[in-house]
Amino acid sequence: MLQLFLHLLLLLGLSPLLPGVIGKTKALFAGRTGPPFLQSYYDIWKLFGKGLVISRTTTWVFRAGPVLGLVVPVLAALMVPFGSIGAPISFAGDLIFFVYLFGLSRFFTASAALDTGSSFEGMGAAREVTFACLAEPTVFFSFIVLARLSGSLSLDVMFGQALNTAWQSAGPSLILVVACLFVVVLVENCRIPFDDPNTHLELTMIHEVMVLDHSGPDFGMILYGAAMKLFVLGALVVRLVFPGSTGNVWFDTLLFSGGMLLLAVVIGVVESTMARLRLLRVPQLLVGTLLLSFFSLILLLR
Amino acid sequence: MNLLFGAFLFFGLGALLAVMPWRGAKAATFFGSGGAILGCLLGLVGAGQGLAAGVAETFFLPLSMPGGAFSLRLDGLSAFFLLPLFIVGLVGALYGTEYMGSGGKTRWSGLHWTWYNLLILSMTLVVTAANGLLFLFAWECMSLTSFFLVITEHNLAEAVEAGWTYLLATHLGAAFLFAFFLSASAFSGSLEFASFQVLGQLSTPVASGLFLLLLVGFGSKAGIFPFHVWLPDAHPAAPSHVSALMSGVMVKTAIYGLLRLFSFLPAAPPWWGGLLMAIGIVGALFGIAMAALQRDVKRSLAYSTVENIGIILLALGFWMQCRATGHYFAAALALAGGLIHLLNHSLFKSLLFMGAGSLMHGSGSRDLNRMGGLMRRMPITGVLIVCGGLAISALPPFNGLIGEWFIYRALLESGTVLSGLAAFFPLVLIGLLALVGGMVIIVMTRIIGIALAGEPRSSAAARAHEAGWRMWGAMAALALLCLAGGLMPVLLLQVAGRAATLLDPAAATLLADNAMSPWWLGIMAVFLLGCILAAYGFSRWRQGCGIVPSSATWGCGFAFPSSRMSYSAESYTELPQSAMFCSCLNPSTEDGRTIGFFPEAKSFSFEAPDPVLERLFKPFFRRAARVCSGFRGLQAGQLHVYLLYIFSVTILLLFWVGQR
Repeated sequence: MLQLFLHLLLLLGLSPLLPGVIGKTKALFAGRTGPPFLQSYYDIWKLFGKGLVISRTTTWVFRAGPVLGLVVPVLAALMVPFGSIGAPISFAGDLIFFVYLFGLSRFFTASAALDTGSSFEGMGAAREVTFACLAEPTVFFSFIVLARLSGSLSLDVMFGQALNTAWQSAGPSLILVVACLFVVVLVENCRIPFDDPNTHLELTMIHEVMVLDHSGPDFGMILYGAAMKLFVLGALVVRLVFPGSTGNVWFDTLLFSGGMLLLAVVIGVVESTMARLRLLRVPQLLVGTLLLSFFSLILLLR
Repeated sequence: MNLLFGAFLFFGLGALLAVMPWRGAKAATFFGSGGAILGCLLGLVGAGQGLAAGVAETFFLPLSMPGGAFSLRLDGLSAFFLLPLFIVGLVGALYGTEYMGSGGKTRWSGLHWTWYNLLILSMTLVVTAANGLLFLFAWECMSLTSFFLVITEHNLAEAVEAGWTYLLATHLGAAFLFAFFLSASAFSGSLEFASFQVLGQLSTPVASGLFLLLLVGFGSKAGIFPFHVWLPDAHPAAPSHVSALMSGVMVKTAIYGLLRLFSFLPAAPPWWGGLLMAIGIVGALFGIAMAALQRDVKRSLAYSTVENIGIILLALGFWMQCRATGHYFAAALALAGGLIHLLNHSLFKSLLFMGAGSLMHGSGSRDLNRMGGLMRRMPITGVLIVCGGLAISALPPFNGLIGEWFIYRALLESGTVLSGLAAFFPLVLIGLLALVGGMVIIVMTRIIGIALAGEPRSSAAARAHEAGWRMWGAMAALALLCLAGGLMPVLLLQVAGRAATLLDPAAATLLADNAMSPWWLGIMAVFLLGCILAAYGFSRWRQGCGIVPSSATWGCGFAFPSSRMSYSAESYTELPQSAMFCSCLNPSTEDGRTIGFFPEAKSFSFEAPDPVLERLFKPFFRRAARVCSGFRGLQAGQLHVYLLYIFSVTILLLFWVGQR
């Protein structure tokens, strides 16, 4: 019970801090002061109190997009260990459910975008579903590496104590897996170099252009959901890099939170030092990552 | 078994009464659909009893035909395949009463109901026959009745052409089945399935030959790659509830035949399974890529059937291979996955075909680019299509995930335990399956986003109206079954376990073990529904009690947006096509490029014909026709030449007899 409570508290409480940290890091690189760390909290709070305007063209599908965007990361988070705090829900084969759960939110985000009838949103939806197609096998291959190393098919064990020994026995494979999952975090959360979360109307946008017509509480739910998605996927990378455990729940929580903030800083650095890729290069990079994850698997199979 | 005979009686009566010439179309619909509905209800109870009892029932009536007998057998495997047949047959008949009654189709509705009843009757016979000759007879009846259903709208040239292609493909396939039964009876001495047990003693090369005959013969009916070419033409041409029956159930009878006759063959060498897996994954990738390129909604769904058959074949092939190499745990998972996916596919594909039929009914076109905005005009149909889309994309909380979950688990199980090259192939398949899964989402969001969402793309779509209760009621029943399967996956596993008992008793024992049960998937699905309700409640609460102000979709400052500016079916898949698809799938486009400052009116057309048909089968048959036309000289059309033929043949026969 404490585990579930701590899990939800971390997820719901800490996740909006990550975009704040990323923003601050980027501001630091650009020599600006930047918005405060807690900016995302203010934004979400303010949006929840605002009114709503919806397009005449839309139907219930348009409202379902934000709902699923919020629900899916929460449910997915319950299957992921946060640091050495074990996952509240864990069963053999939950990694398949985990991947398809994100498919559900993608299905509705894309449908909601097309529901507005605008070609901007259509463009974003087409890009999102295409790039996700290429990112999904990468996730599976990375998970398989961990499943082979831990001998289990549940995320809790795969990202559990077995990682300590795995780093010694299969270090090179795990380094590749970390790189691949980091790319997945970037592409799934619409970060530079795949997508730019700061601009709306560029024709090269993916996620931001899909949510162009959402407003008020709905948009707040989207922002909150996006922050939680970053948190959940980021937690996987952080756990891989810091597999240890101190034995004390509170220390572990602190260690994990520190890891998450560090991840946010790293994402901020990547965003500040790289340019956005040309759209046609994105699939190539994703296929490259796919091959990398496959290579890490081959290293293990030999 | 008695209930099945009752069902036969109703189907027969329905077929006869529907063509009574002295009654009107209304009476034909009444008797035809009534016979089908009552028969399916009886059959459903019978199949349920057969499944629950777990004991095989047999019936034997000798016929005067040499080698033939009216020999039936209802066991777990048959009952498992009867289940979707009667469910889809039942709701299809309900749907058809309204679908056929609209839009001037009444003229043919009587005959249509005859064929519909006979199709269900012959499919029931196919699945329960225990004699080779009876099986082939029922198989041919099934092909012919479905051919007549495909050409229901025989005033359309494309429907008739699709019908001919189908008839040709299905008979070429049947030839291989004849070859199989003839050689099998030569070994066993009888056409009774009971005597086929002897085939288990055949040597591996002979058995492999028989297996290949089965694969080609049934493959052409199941629409496995590359024998699928008739499927994308024939399924859309039929009326929608018939498409549902064909795509949802009829292609599965071929899988039934493959499994049933495979069970008589000796222990399979690993390459049989490997071959099935290879065909399966290529078919799945090809099918879903082609589905993404079609602008005809029913054609797109038909290609998605090719994809799903590929996934089923992949699972069954993996089962065979794992059993041959001694990985019984993974084999059990793969078999369960294949069977569950088969059952699920018959439900959600039927739902989607009926949904497509309702969209056609409402908007008057099968072209995605002439629909749009139908969710507002046909809200119930829209919701049901979204349910079907979620189910076919294997997304929780619907049933599609359950089958795929088992297939993934089987692949993961052997991929993580084995080492070296043996683990390599399952792991590659996981990646490819994930790619297919992602592409299904593209195809489904495309159908939903282009047909249902946005602004109407034609004036007919703007005037679209909701279908009547019989049409949406039929679809709602299927959608509820899909949801029930997702919430109670254990039930699905138990049903599949009954069929597995006959194919692989060891696997069935493993599947009955509680540790394997997909409890968690059901719990998570319930959990998901609860969370969605909570979040929806939150959204409604924050929205306040007032009416939400609505305005036009933001056009970035452009004041007069029109539906012609929004994303079309082609533009939605332009990126996946350029980024992922092999260039051999490239659609042929008629260039609409404009030049200069004041371009004149241009037209742009886009077509994605089947590359296998265009590049392989059509050239082959054209060439065969050219070669055969050389023999035309023999048919001189003059009486004395024919007399000469008869004379010379008689002389030759006399010589031959004299030699003996």
